[in-house]
Amino acid sequence: MTSEAADPTEAVGTIAPAADPGFLQRHGATIEYILIPGAALAGALVVFGIFVAMFGKNPLDLYFYMYYGAFGTWFSWQNTLTRAAPLILTALCTALPAQLGMVIIGGEGALLVGALSATSAALLLQSMPPLIVQIAMVIAGVIGGGLWIMLAGALRQYRGVNETISSLLLVYIGLAILNHLVEGAMRDPASLNKPSTREIGAANMIGSIPGTDVHWGLVFGLIAAIAAYILIYHTVFGFAARVAGGNIRAAKIVGLGVSKLILTICFLAGGAAGLAGMVEVAAVQGRTNANLAAGYGFTGILVAFLARQNPLAIIPVAILLGGISASGGLLQRRLGLPDASVLVLQGIIFVFVLASDALYGRIGFLKGKS
Amino acid sequence: MADGSIGLWTVPLAVLGGAIRVSTPFLFVSLGECITERSGRINLGLEGTLVMGAMSAYGISYLTGSPWLGVLAAGITGALLGALHAGICSLPRVNDVAVGIALMLFGTGLAFYLGKPLIEPTAPRLPAIDFGWWSDIPQVRAALRVNALFLIGIALAPILYWAFRTTRWGLLIRTAGESSDAARAMGHSVLLIRLRATMVGGFLAGIGGSFLSLFYPGSWNEGLSSGQGITAVALVIFARWDPLLCLWASLAFGGAAALGPALQSVGVTSGYHLFNAAPYILTLAIMIITCSPKRTLTGAPAELSITR
Repeated sequence: MTSEAADPTEAVGTIAPAADPGFLQRHGATIEYILIPGAALAGALVVFGIFVAMFGKNPLDLYFYMYYGAFGTWFSWQNTLTRAAPLILTALCTALPAQLGMVIIGGEGALLVGALSATSAALLLQSMPPLIVQIAMVIAGVIGGGLWIMLAGALRQYRGVNETISSLLLVYIGLAILNHLVEGAMRDPASLNKPSTREIGAANMIGSIPGTDVHWGLVFGLIAAIAAYILIYHTVFGFAARVAGGNIRAAKIVGLGVSKLILTICFLAGGAAGLAGMVEVAAVQGRTNANLAAGYGFTGILVAFLARQNPLAIIPVAILLGGISASGGLLQRRLGLPDASVLVLQGIIFVFVLASDALYGRIGFLKGKS
Repeated sequence: MADGSIGLWTVPLAVLGGAIRVSTPFLFVSLGECITERSGRINLGLEGTLVMGAMSAYGISYLTGSPWLGVLAAGITGALLGALHAGICSLPRVNDVAVGIALMLFGTGLAFYLGKPLIEPTAPRLPAIDFGWWSDIPQVRAALRVNALFLIGIALAPILYWAFRTTRWGLLIRTAGESSDAARAMGHSVLLIRLRATMVGGFLAGIGGSFLSLFYPGSWNEGLSSGQGITAVALVIFARWDPLLCLWASLAFGGAAALGPALQSVGVTSGYHLFNAAPYILTLAIMIITCSPKRTLTGAPAELSITR
């Protein structure tokens, strides 16, 4: 991974200008968007290597097991992709509002509420054919999560409440509601040690993509990311959103309905995270319980920032971070690192990525002569 | 006799005790954040600082046998995290809200990583000061067993209020927060002022964390803080950046947070999780009531990105 990030520097720096002098001027910005986060990632891996070396572990072993646990075998690839699916969806929860200049960090809450709504829908419609139940679960998950984040957006628009703080508070409130229902009204009396709702039933699970152990949630994620990309960059609505994100006063002057934009974008953002909750229920857990609060919502924030809030870039970044979390188990078994090491690495990456924001437009050889 | 006769009075007593006991971390984090925000920067990473403070205090207390050294270590850890936040934020075009989110995840992750071996052992706790000696009702005595940190926090609020108004140091912080141009024109480095303010803020938040692991609840585990740090950051906003209001708000919050366990102790268990979420619901409700889309909040530092 380190060499991957270092190589393009040389290739671009030496070969490209000679071959085509205009190349850098036309593609400089795109190259920057790949080069700088790549370098930040490499820097973070080096610092993490030093960190584990302080605890007497060999950093080269670390890199090897990370690669092996994430992308080394077909088994680890499947594990990685399974984890990438919810990350794509929760990253959209941060990336979509970011187009409007809003910082939403409550994807975890929307995921939990989405999971709860999807489970409720499945339990209510148990006598229906599986396809109907699954469609109802998708709709319920999207609406549940969507309304949850729309609440944060509405509070920002109509009451001036800071959306970063309110969306995070809503995570804790969502978790409390989930625990309350799972241990009370919706509890399956048979779940003794781990209070859970009743199972949605094996027939209603969405299953795996044929030939793999990767569930259909990955396809949901890919479709959602591509749809979000088209919405933001190729529709009038997305253009309006980006105008409002760039300059809210200009948007109001030209008569854009800013309230409607904020509410719609927040609904879609929360809907994506709610869909992640539905996927976790319908493809992995089969029921709702506290296991769902596995931190996908928080890692999704990192994915969105690393992808620079671009819905398409979210896909590879989510796979990369899915890989890092997939390798956590191997790091624990082979190197004896605590399970929190993945969190530490994610934190270091996040810090490096944000610090690297200072580099844009400052790399000498990428500056055009215009 | 004492046990039976006070009956339902247990609840308000426990809430009072909670206001005293549970409010301390809220108080320290909000006072720290108050200093940072007054200098024109917001540090959302104090949630991570709180957890790191709790972990390092517990670790140092366990290793050295002195809980007060643990408190100091927590403060230093917090100041270092504050320096990291301020250092990254001083780079051009870096968003302080995003850095705060990153440090929230980083601090929590690092604390869980380093704190793994500390879950089992028992570290020496901070001593309690018994203010309830006059009463022979055990609940009253329990409610009035307070910690020196609480008293320090209570003293700190008016001191900060005074310092902001009358000292040179307070004036500099306020200038940096109201108009960085003015501070620069006076020949001061805004980045340096904010670095110091963020480090002091981190120091206090770290001490708030040490209270969690060394007094109440008084042990180290990964569920120790769930959102107290971020609640305290929100609390600063509706305390209007006023240290004295931070004190009252923290006490109200401590009381709200104690409601769940208090009701559970008298046998009301059904809404346990919902009552535990009371501080978050209360924060959100107060923010909804006090914020307005039409004007910036009174008392808000003009340079603060979150209210702009």
